[in-house]
Amino acid sequence: MSKTNLTRRGVLKSGAVAGAGVALPTIFTAQSAAAYTNEPTGGSVTLGFNVPQTGPYADEGADELRAYELAVEHLNGGGDGGMMNTFSSKALKGNGILGKKVEYVTGDTQTKSDAARASAKSMIEKDGAVMITGGSSSGVAIAVQGLCQEAGVIFMAGLTHSNDTTGKDKKANGFRHFFNGYMSGAALAPVLKGLYGDDRKAYHLTADYTWGWTQQESIAAATEALGWETVNNVLTPLAATDFSSYIAPVLNSGADVLVLNHYGGNMVNSLTNAVQFGLREKIVNNKDFEIVVPLFSRLMARGAGANIKNIVGSTNWHWSLQDEGSQAFVRSFGTKYGFPPSQAAHTCYVQTLLYADACERAGTFNPCGVAEALEGFEFDGMGNGKTLYRAEDHQCFKDVLVVKGKENPTSEFDLLEVVEVTPASQVTYSPDHPMFAGGQLGSCNPGA
Amino acid sequence: MDVLITQILNGLDKGSAYALIALGLTLIFGTLGVVNFAHGALFMIGAFCSVFLQRLLNLSFETIDATKTDFLGNPLKVKTPYVESWFGPEMGGAIIDWSVPLAILFAIPVMIAIGFIMERGLIKHFYKRPHADQILVTFGLAIVLQEIIKAFYGANPIQTPAPEALSGVATLAEGIVYPVWRIVYFCFSVAVIGGVFAFLQFTTFGMVVRAGMADRETVGLLGIDIDKRFTFMFGLAAAVAGLAGVMYGPINAPNYHMGMDFLVLSFVVVVVGGMGSLPGAVLAGFLLGILESFASMTQVIELIPGINQIIIYLVAIIILLVRPRGLMGRKGVME
Repeated sequence: MSKTNLTRRGVLKSGAVAGAGVALPTIFTAQSAAAYTNEPTGGSVTLGFNVPQTGPYADEGADELRAYELAVEHLNGGGDGGMMNTFSSKALKGNGILGKKVEYVTGDTQTKSDAARASAKSMIEKDGAVMITGGSSSGVAIAVQGLCQEAGVIFMAGLTHSNDTTGKDKKANGFRHFFNGYMSGAALAPVLKGLYGDDRKAYHLTADYTWGWTQQESIAAATEALGWETVNNVLTPLAATDFSSYIAPVLNSGADVLVLNHYGGNMVNSLTNAVQFGLREKIVNNKDFEIVVPLFSRLMARGAGANIKNIVGSTNWHWSLQDEGSQAFVRSFGTKYGFPPSQAAHTCYVQTLLYADACERAGTFNPCGVAEALEGFEFDGMGNGKTLYRAEDHQCFKDVLVVKGKENPTSEFDLLEVVEVTPASQVTYSPDHPMFAGGQLGSCNPGA
Repeated sequence: MDVLITQILNGLDKGSAYALIALGLTLIFGTLGVVNFAHGALFMIGAFCSVFLQRLLNLSFETIDATKTDFLGNPLKVKTPYVESWFGPEMGGAIIDWSVPLAILFAIPVMIAIGFIMERGLIKHFYKRPHADQILVTFGLAIVLQEIIKAFYGANPIQTPAPEALSGVATLAEGIVYPVWRIVYFCFSVAVIGGVFAFLQFTTFGMVVRAGMADRETVGLLGIDIDKRFTFMFGLAAAVAGLAGVMYGPINAPNYHMGMDFLVLSFVVVVVGGMGSLPGAVLAGFLLGILESFASMTQVIELIPGINQIIIYLVAIIILLVRPRGLMGRKGVME
């Protein structure tokens, strides 16, 4: 029999020393390995597409998702390359991003801020998403943008039109390609003056939340500068479905223009109700009564049916544009899905390419590097002419389209016609404009 | 003055929808004792009966128009509805134009069948369960139904326009114009409500149902199968909600969520009217519709900001404080 010197204490001591020895490299390298949140380490990089898959904007969300899938296909070298062929930057090579294959996860915003934050959080923490993008509501965009700032990932906003997104609620990690309420007002005002004159009395119905408030403020300011008078502004509950009791007072208000600061189902219902009450046939102050819908969407226009005919509004992009970039995107999207893309799909597709391009130019996925590459970046070939991602507020400045409901549509997609392409210079404002005041961009957060 | 009259008309119109939905809810509660949270979904399905028929009538064949191109530059495919091809463009066009009124005929059997299936297949198993269980199961059913509709028709609203002849506005007096279809909707609602009351009041079937509502056990002891009659009443209530939905389509484009938009308000209407009271539900429907319209007037909102969003609930609280059984509630119901 041989005698061993093994004791319980000895085993514990040796175990502790050995354990510390094994753990040592990771203890010291854990911090330095992840220089930023979700740094990709394998052969792929994960993007998080946070879109409304349920709820009232589910159709718009589905179109956003189609655009994201197309963008991923193009980034990974599939399909015909779409706008990558027309994009002025040639950093993208069709081999993923920085040589890593692009993968994606999706979340459902439900068009609710809390649900959108929860799904974005899950994609960042569980799926390792290095960038979050998407959405069809300003409330959601602002909420998710704040979360991404805290988490240290880039947020490339989807459809969000409130001034606040790149105004008082702007964040260093957040970027918006879509236009905003101020730009709608600045683009629409001269067209409205040309069409309806400078002596008009406008009655506003406004959705009672961040987007409605800032849009109303923007449109009222732009039209008042023309000489129009704002007779009244009535806030309507977001959950309202029948607007007849809000429309009826318009009839006797002395107003000769009704501005519907509504979007989605609200817009469809309020416009339908306004047409039902014969507003478009009315003559007030010896002028034809007019209706204006400042933010148009083709998907929403389809819901409004014939009521949309000849109604003027603004939009970020439209599939009928004839520039090379737009045509390339419409061709790719239309061939894959069988119908033209919406403006929501366009902005989401472009945002994904812009993010990928920024990573390539920066040579990193680090949000601070990506942000630096996007700030002040000027590009072309993405469907809106020459565009600037302004460094001061992370807002894109580009041409804005003024559109009108088509009198004789030739197909179910042919609902809007472009009345004017308002140049970017006309819709540009200073970073300290009062409508955008109150917030700080802050500094970029890489997380980790 | 003109605005006041227009708002009263708006209130009557809104109240018509509330009253029709609340009437069905009360019928079900009064007969079967079930709190049916799926009733709003029946209103929505009714509206989609109209969407379905409209799409059916618009089923088309395609021809190629080589002179025009689609968005991809390919020759344009022109769609022509079969009904226009069979009956000629004029007659076919007229049939499509009148799809909403035609949908009434389509919706009645469909809604009665759905009501039967719901009651026999699911709800009858919850008669003896607490109201909380009934609410949970019917609310779940409502969500399932609306998700099914969304899966087929998407989330965006779909227009179901009124026939050309019933569109536009009618001049009721100098300075007072009102949409023709809304007047049609009000008259239709009054006719349906009147029909339901007449059915319950003047038919033997209705008399038995009323007796069953008052004392189910005694009617059963007389050898009458009251359950069968109550099942029929569920089907009838579903048909009433469905018809309200069909006719509501031209007012606001149907979408999958429209049932939920009306559900809570309709329950408030039932409670204010008095649980189980049919005249109470109708009265409360019109009353709350009118109050809601007045509360949306600019002058009222300027005086009390936000009143338009809370008026119905505020009035409900006051009425329930003053008359705990509601306007026309019966002693012993839900007590």
